[in-house]
Amino acid sequence: MIETKHVDFYYSSFHALKNISMMMEERTVTALIGPSGCGKSTFLRLFNRMNDLIDDTRVSGECLIDGEDIYSKSVAVDELRKRVGMVFQKPNPFPKSIFENVAYGLRVNGTRDRSFIARRVEDSLRAAALWEEVKDKLRESAFALSGGQQQRLCIARALAVSPSVLLMDEPASALDPISTSKIEELIASLKQDYTIVIVTHNMQQAARVSDKTGFFMMGELVEFGDTKKIFSDPVNEQTRNYVNGRFG
Amino acid sequence: MNRKMKQALAFATFRLLGVLVVGVLFSILGFIIYNGAGVINWKFLSASPEEGMSAGGIFPAIVGTLWLIAGSIAIAFPIGVMSGIYIHEYLGNRWIVKVIRVMTNNLGGIPSIVFGLFGMALFVHAFGFGDSILAGSFTLGLLVLPLIIRTTEEALKAIPDTYRAGSYALGAGKLQTIFRVTLPVALPNIITGLILSIGRVSGETAPILFTVAAYFLPRLPSGIFDQVMALPYHLYVIATSGTDIEASRPMAYGTALVLVMIVFMMNLLATVSRLRLGKKTKMD
Repeated sequence: MIETKHVDFYYSSFHALKNISMMMEERTVTALIGPSGCGKSTFLRLFNRMNDLIDDTRVSGECLIDGEDIYSKSVAVDELRKRVGMVFQKPNPFPKSIFENVAYGLRVNGTRDRSFIARRVEDSLRAAALWEEVKDKLRESAFALSGGQQQRLCIARALAVSPSVLLMDEPASALDPISTSKIEELIASLKQDYTIVIVTHNMQQAARVSDKTGFFMMGELVEFGDTKKIFSDPVNEQTRNYVNGRFG
Repeated sequence: MNRKMKQALAFATFRLLGVLVVGVLFSILGFIIYNGAGVINWKFLSASPEEGMSAGGIFPAIVGTLWLIAGSIAIAFPIGVMSGIYIHEYLGNRWIVKVIRVMTNNLGGIPSIVFGLFGMALFVHAFGFGDSILAGSFTLGLLVLPLIIRTTEEALKAIPDTYRAGSYALGAGKLQTIFRVTLPVALPNIITGLILSIGRVSGETAPILFTVAAYFLPRLPSGIFDQVMALPYHLYVIATSGTDIEASRPMAYGTALVLVMIVFMMNLLATVSRLRLGKKTKMD
């Protein structure tokens, strides 16, 4: 379970997130929507502390995963990132073989056992619905794959280190419609094992894949609730305008 | 004059200038080969100079140059690459980086004879290395350090941050990310810096003048504290101050040809390894 309590976030003097309190249940898909620059990606990157990599940023409030404040001093960031996987907007496989891409997370975390690695690579590729397409060319470069396959490879890469949470930052925005629908099917099947948070610009996608939806605007969480409700009968006027495509 | 003609004229000019550059290169090469090829035989490559350096071979100078290449690269390459990594991956955009960059550029602009003088003062005398391979290698190493730092930095800069982000997101640390992702991708470009450095090191005369080069030493060095002959200095010696300059002139051309061939072979070797590495880690 992920929970934020009164979270504020600053890029130097810019107040990017304002007093966000939100709760995401285990094994659900939460979509974060809103116009560009509204803070939804910043919010997503709170949970694996990727914002730490940016200079001069500040976070306050509580950010809990399974009850533990992930910004407390006792949390090791690299351990956290194993528990909270991430898939980026543009597929970003490493310039390595397909196998080594998936094995990467295990190797950097000190796993040496070859048969274990081989098994995890296969399991992860199966879970990412890519195994059948690549099982005969695991030693080939990841760049030989199509964009959609590369993105599923990045999902497999994230799954290999056994996270419980999966963050997705517009994972299909750089893909064609067929690849997009494959990613969406994948999200639906991954939901059984993982808590998924997905940022998307695509309204239909949010409606199709998510259980809950949060609408962000100018750093504020305007409305958060069941996806069905948000898209059919939102409480807030701005939300209604946004989901109906009147702006954004 | 209409647009088409202007364009034709511009292209013709560019083409002419391009041909000119290549032409100059080939005439230098042709000149050296024409004058030097006749001298080169097995004895020339494998024997020591004889008869006031107007006969015999240049074997000690070849070996000396190879020693100096190996020595200076062994010193400058790790230091330069690590500095480049530190500057780009650890310091990032801090003001100190600009200072360091200006400093390294200035270091690269210092005349090589000044390096020679400095090397003599520091390595030969202060450190007590004497005139030796060690002192010469350090001096040459300093000379090419800015080049290696700069190319390392540029190579790292060319790597998209998405690679680094992908690695961090999997729980990798900074050092792991550098050694497993960033550096392997940057390596082909770093090797370009290495190629340039080798060319530079093997051709420089001034830095070795006071630090290692022997006027005449018809034997192989006994260790890193020994002096050596080196091709560029040997070339200078037999072209200007041998006992019989006219008689040793063909030897000079032969030496020049061997020097050019060594640089050429080093470049070829490095280019091949660069291409092979590049194939393995090509970005998209």
